Amino acid sequence: MNRREALSRVALLMGTSVVGGAAFLEGCNPGDRKSAAAAGLPFSPENISFLDEVAETIIPTTNTPGAKAAKVGAFMNTMVTDCYDEKNQKIFTEGLAKIEESTQKKFNTSFAKATPDQRKELLTAIDKDAKEYNKSKKETDPAHYFSLMKQLTLLGYFSSEIGATQALRYVAVPGRYEGCIPYKKGDKAWAT
Amino acid sequence: MAAQHTNNKKEKNNNRNLIFMPQDKLNLNGDARKAMTYDAIVVGSGISGGWAAKELCEKGLKTLVLERGRDVQHLKDYPTATLDPWQLTHRGNIDPIKRENPVVGRCYAFDEATQHFFVKDHEHPYIQEKPYDWIRGYQVGGKSLIWARQTQRWSKYDFEGPGRDGFAVDWPIRYDDLAPWYSHVEKFAGISGNKDGVDTLPDGEFLPAWEMNCVEKDIQKRIMAAYKDRFVVQGRCAHLTKPNPIHLEQGRQQCQARSLCYRGCPFGAYFSSNSTTLPWAMKTGNLTIRPDSVVHSIIYDEKMGKATGVRVVDSHTKQMTEYYARIIFLNAACLNTNLILLNSTSSRFPNGLGNDHGLLGKYMAFHNYRGTLTATIDGYEDKYYYGRRPTAVMMPNFRNVHKQEMDFLRGYMVHYSAGRGKGVAPEESIGASYKASLTEPGGWNIFMMMQGEHVPEEKDQVRLSTDKKDQWGIPQMVFNIEHSENDLKILKDFLEQGTEMLTQSGCKNIETHDSKQSPGLDIHEMGGVRMGRDPKTSMLNGWNQFHQVSNVMVTDGACMTSTGTQNPSITYMALTARAANRAVEELKKGNI
Repeated sequence: MNRREALSRVALLMGTSVVGGAAFLEGCNPGDRKSAAAAGLPFSPENISFLDEVAETIIPTTNTPGAKAAKVGAFMNTMVTDCYDEKNQKIFTEGLAKIEESTQKKFNTSFAKATPDQRKELLTAIDKDAKEYNKSKKETDPAHYFSLMKQLTLLGYFSSEIGATQALRYVAVPGRYEGCIPYKKGDKAWAT
Repeated sequence: MAAQHTNNKKEKNNNRNLIFMPQDKLNLNGDARKAMTYDAIVVGSGISGGWAAKELCEKGLKTLVLERGRDVQHLKDYPTATLDPWQLTHRGNIDPIKRENPVVGRCYAFDEATQHFFVKDHEHPYIQEKPYDWIRGYQVGGKSLIWARQTQRWSKYDFEGPGRDGFAVDWPIRYDDLAPWYSHVEKFAGISGNKDGVDTLPDGEFLPAWEMNCVEKDIQKRIMAAYKDRFVVQGRCAHLTKPNPIHLEQGRQQCQARSLCYRGCPFGAYFSSNSTTLPWAMKTGNLTIRPDSVVHSIIYDEKMGKATGVRVVDSHTKQMTEYYARIIFLNAACLNTNLILLNSTSSRFPNGLGNDHGLLGKYMAFHNYRGTLTATIDGYEDKYYYGRRPTAVMMPNFRNVHKQEMDFLRGYMVHYSAGRGKGVAPEESIGASYKASLTEPGGWNIFMMMQGEHVPEEKDQVRLSTDKKDQWGIPQMVFNIEHSENDLKILKDFLEQGTEMLTQSGCKNIETHDSKQSPGLDIHEMGGVRMGRDPKTSMLNGWNQFHQVSNVMVTDGACMTSTGTQNPSITYMALTARAANRAVEELKKGNI
């Protein structure tokens, strides 16, 4: 990897454009533990399992294990606690309550008790809202909580051992470089 | 006093107990002084210091390498070298330290897996009268552990530039002076590349080149068909694509295409001082490495008209001691070399060593990295690649090559690469089909960047603070270096030409970006102790030797009269090897 390609590599990992990757890096400046405590971080085991379910809804178990098996909830806890600034810590933690509230409103039940289909319907709607919000969002406007959750879910899952080695293809020591090899539809992307 | 070796911790610690207090040095008698005396002192163990050590030790000189940072031994001290992504708590991307260290935090290579090889902002403060990102690696091996490893020879046009265009001063050497020394260092370091026959980027002693991928090859064809004077070649880099016996003898192995280089290579597959020059020098029995040794200044003896040694502050105890030698190589990396020389005051040189004309610390330069382009290209869905390649495609400078023809001086090199993103257009944005879509490679992205020649100007300067000192009692450095109008014109031309070339190549969604980054983040700091023919207008002669103090040589970035458009390290290596061999000859002849 040449210099400066580090950034595009993060962007590839995120499945976004290079520009989106940069926005992610800037939006995830490291915070400090004091502000984390003020925002109720680190998360309780209940909240971590709530985040596991959110992540599992975004990246479910299919023919490969999903986000819950990859412990994405715990990863989000680490990242929000250690790396987010105070503003994003608050947005993220409040996002949990907002998801819970929306579930109650839509299905008259808790997110924990909602069926996988209900969860998917709900988060699909929230994702749509977040995308709408991001379209008109100015640089200085706060991030949408679900954009943060989704970004961390993708990063956490695809860089986990399960995500990298099962959902994607991971070769720790390639041994050589081949510039032009055939690709068949359905072959998995390289993890790194 | 026993010799100090890098690979003997116990001995090193014992030595620390023997360090002389400042008052002791007055009492140094014959024997004590002898114990502190070497044939040669090399200040700094990075890319150029390692080369100085290797050449001098091979020629039989007892050589002391002084390194301000901690010891880092090849293999043993690369704690993250073999970690998988999931073994890094924050997956490598972010660390709380970044927020507290905005300067080093801006460096592309600084992350969870590499942070132990970078200096944190607070560890060595400096004063920015104009914004400057000073990226440093204080350890045995210096920044040779964390460099980008791209290695292109300068061309005759680069050496002729200042003389032809009337800026800085004429280089005292030409391409032909350095060509054999490029060969010398390339054979030993191991440089991969193609023989392209392009006179703006001369061929060298190459190991097999890395391959371009399908998209890169097609862009190459289209650019070269559209422009007769533009060449597109595969990147040349300091990686062992196919080791020669000399590299195996160094204990190094073939590059495994992992692209985790900045962590230190467990295969020794890229060139670093730690993997290559320092162990080689150590094998001669002539090398002593002393880590944790911050060089304060050079000692100048007025009667002899020569430097006699250096003053060293122990980085932990802060105690000062002196070491002596017949010749001194300054390889502290450009800015610290300037700092040491500015701090080397005497009644003969009250403004810094060899600085009668006040040129020291002036004409500081860098490479202009502000512009990048991103784009996509349709098709190639049935093509992919295997492995992770440590270089990108290069286009040698095509502006003002044979004569001045643009509204700016000099030009720029272009690097580009192509790769497949992850994720095809999803039907859903949540759930199973979304997940599936993310596991397939997406379309092809193209990334293009510039490396522009900054024309050095007198106003680009560093100087010493008169009141602020660092933790070792050495004055802090004050920075006054900025992009020029010429840099902005080069940036504009690159963004226009980049757009045109990518359009010619069939790319879409072409976006131009100006990072507006400060000088320094390029980590190609150069100048301040420039070479030249005339002692009145330069610091060093054509052998990197001080005009006025013939036994002191500067062969790191500080010696650079102009910057060229190439990544500079291989030129520092060649200049160092050439200067070291010359210095040994001169010593033998009794001229130094």
